[in-house]
Amino acid sequence: MAAASFTAAKFLAPVAARSGGDRARPSPAPSAFAVRPLRRGPARRLGSVMAVSSDVLKAAPAATAYPAVTREEALELYEDMILGRNFEDMCAQMYYRGKMFGFVHLYNGQEAVSTGFIKQLNQPDCVVSTYRDHVHALSKGVPARAVMAELFGKATGCCRGQGGSMHMFSEPHNLLGGFAFIGEGIPVATGAAFAAKYRHEVLKQSSPDGLDVTLAFFGDGTCNNGQFFECLNMAQLWKLPIIFVVENNLWAIGMSHLRSTSDPEIWKKGPAFGMPGVHVDGMDVLKVREVAKEAIDRARRGEGPTLVECETYRFRGHSLADPDELRRPDEKSHYAARDPITSLKKYIIEQNLASEAELKSIEKKIDDVVEEAVEFADASPLPPRSQLLENVFADPKGFGIGPDGKYRCEDPKFTQGTAQV
Amino acid sequence: MAVAPSPQATAAAAALSRHRSAAVPPVPRSVRVATAARRPGWTRARAGLVARAVVAAKGELASSDTGGHEVLMFEALREAMIEEMTLDPTVCMIGEDVGDYGGSYKVSKGLSEMFGDLRVLDTPIAENSFTGMGIGAAMKGLRPVVEGMNMGFLLLAYNQISNNCGMLPYTSGGQFKIPIVIRGPGGVGRQLGAEHSQRLESYFQSIPGIQMVACSTPYNAKGLLKAAIRSDNPVVLFEHVLLYNLKEKIPDEEYICSLEEAEMVRPGSQLTILTYSRMRYHVMQAVKTLVNKGYDPEVIDIRSLKPFDLHTIGNSIKKTHRVLIVEECMRTGGIGASLRSAIIDNFWDELDARPVCLSSQDVPTPYAATLEDATVVQPAQIVAAVEEICQ
Repeated sequence: MAAASFTAAKFLAPVAARSGGDRARPSPAPSAFAVRPLRRGPARRLGSVMAVSSDVLKAAPAATAYPAVTREEALELYEDMILGRNFEDMCAQMYYRGKMFGFVHLYNGQEAVSTGFIKQLNQPDCVVSTYRDHVHALSKGVPARAVMAELFGKATGCCRGQGGSMHMFSEPHNLLGGFAFIGEGIPVATGAAFAAKYRHEVLKQSSPDGLDVTLAFFGDGTCNNGQFFECLNMAQLWKLPIIFVVENNLWAIGMSHLRSTSDPEIWKKGPAFGMPGVHVDGMDVLKVREVAKEAIDRARRGEGPTLVECETYRFRGHSLADPDELRRPDEKSHYAARDPITSLKKYIIEQNLASEAELKSIEKKIDDVVEEAVEFADASPLPPRSQLLENVFADPKGFGIGPDGKYRCEDPKFTQGTAQV
Repeated sequence: MAVAPSPQATAAAAALSRHRSAAVPPVPRSVRVATAARRPGWTRARAGLVARAVVAAKGELASSDTGGHEVLMFEALREAMIEEMTLDPTVCMIGEDVGDYGGSYKVSKGLSEMFGDLRVLDTPIAENSFTGMGIGAAMKGLRPVVEGMNMGFLLLAYNQISNNCGMLPYTSGGQFKIPIVIRGPGGVGRQLGAEHSQRLESYFQSIPGIQMVACSTPYNAKGLLKAAIRSDNPVVLFEHVLLYNLKEKIPDEEYICSLEEAEMVRPGSQLTILTYSRMRYHVMQAVKTLVNKGYDPEVIDIRSLKPFDLHTIGNSIKKTHRVLIVEECMRTGGIGASLRSAIIDNFWDELDARPVCLSSQDVPTPYAATLEDATVVQPAQIVAAVEEICQ
């Protein structure tokens, strides 16, 4: 299992090489690695590239080398991934039925990353996501009905209908967003990690387990944005308890990762900043989980950040508005054949961790959860007008003093939401 | 303006007097200010601005003739930091050179020794990221004060200030508050060139969910910074590069200023002059001439740039029926433009004359002193405008 332990000696060597073919050749690797000769793909040409012809999976050791996972753990992972998948499929249906609007970015195909990482967290640990955030919210424990109601723009949504698809927050679950601009969540995540260190060192409030950990999720496109580099630097500088989780799905809308990135091996940027960089098969939840565990433990112990590149793929277009015409059918089918849910199911059956019937009953349970979420969202009230001016300011004195000398927020029109601000 | 001291005031005052006697008196001048002082232009600035400032600020402090202590504006800001950091362990500072170097204008001089380098965090030069870091820390219970070494640099943090300070509390449905203060030196200094002479209040004013205040005296600098730190809203505090060495006697007792209230600088009857930050001193210079000519203008430092204190402004207009706005901000889309619009919306029937706004020229601030002077409003223009309005 390549990335199970990324000690200094290991993380400096590529775990698996991307084709991109004529790109970097892995240096001779320590023996602990499952490294195989680089397969030479077709020469990379600007303008016409297939994003990748991944061979990560083939490089991986056989299933028996998988880390131990108990029946309960495996079923928890399976359930969470099914929830993510079914929820998103339902979103597509609801979008086309006119129940939700705007930009809706679905997570299908990437479930192993959300599940593999977030299920390793405790409640006080934080998650910072992007515009593709529904499933991160679900994995962190935000009820499906609250996420669905948010997507329906209802008052019962996890943000009272004020955030929408790209701005999911849940304070009790320490889901800190939901950031819709590329990269802007990473500094916020770094700040949450800074606050964890601050609580520990200044306020002396840490839990006995160690530091609270923050996961920052973002994609391959973000890795060419300055905030990514700035925060890698600061996080390592101050040894902050944060894990930078790159969900490299190979495409930034219509921009192939290989066309936009001078060195497509993102994980290598970790060592450049003095932190471990790990490349993991993001279509394999058990591998992701192992890497996540180690990175989270390091962070919790105060040993600092880790950069993890998860190679994954989205099974749908960038958003529901994307015609998805650029990605080649053979590329899509290559990854479709590596569906992380199918793989886990196969593993569970092969390892006799559960029967087909038991997995079916989980699927049925999740179907019901998602159905119920839709019913709940549909039946929920729209936000009343009175909500319009709430929460613009945490302290509504921010609306200022009116001509009559009173704070404007005392005017009943503010509670009614009809004041002009 | 002063608000009753908090219960912990005694502790803060004790802490402060300790720090004050220990660290403040041998006043270390900002390197930049010290350099500026050797330039020919500086005498102009000092004689023209700073001396008068002391006079201008006196009126407000009638009560502290007996007690109180004299401080420069950067020291007043520093006192505010020390008091608030002593009272509340979640208050911290983040920014370039705020720690070892003590801040480019010495506002945080010695604070990292007092509070440790995690509470006074020197950052790499990465404005958008360290501002965003402050926001993340604020979401998780800290009260960070983020210093822009120069306010202009915060253009690089515009994404974080707009999307995350301004919108996040709302998009999260009120689940998260961002009790952050973003502060630093801005405005047109002495030949600092276009990029270091910016007035970002015009760019920030349309961001929903943030408050903006501008300080103009050591007294209000301290009171506003303390209030901003205690506010649960994100607050941008605009300081002015030319005002850090203003000297004034401020109370020994703890006080804070309201973030939403304007400050009466000079009561008068004939017309209302609304101004803020450094232009307050250009206005007061003009007022001297105007008084000699027999005019009686009322001068209000609006202080809160967002939202406007419509009560104080309105009461004055109801008395004088004439308004002149004097700002250093850009003319197009500036604070003055918004203020004039608010006055027209709210007090149209009270006006006996067209509300006039004197702003900086819409040009990149030139380096040459002659051109720079022509860019910002000068006292003679204020005198002329008043004479015209009062015709």
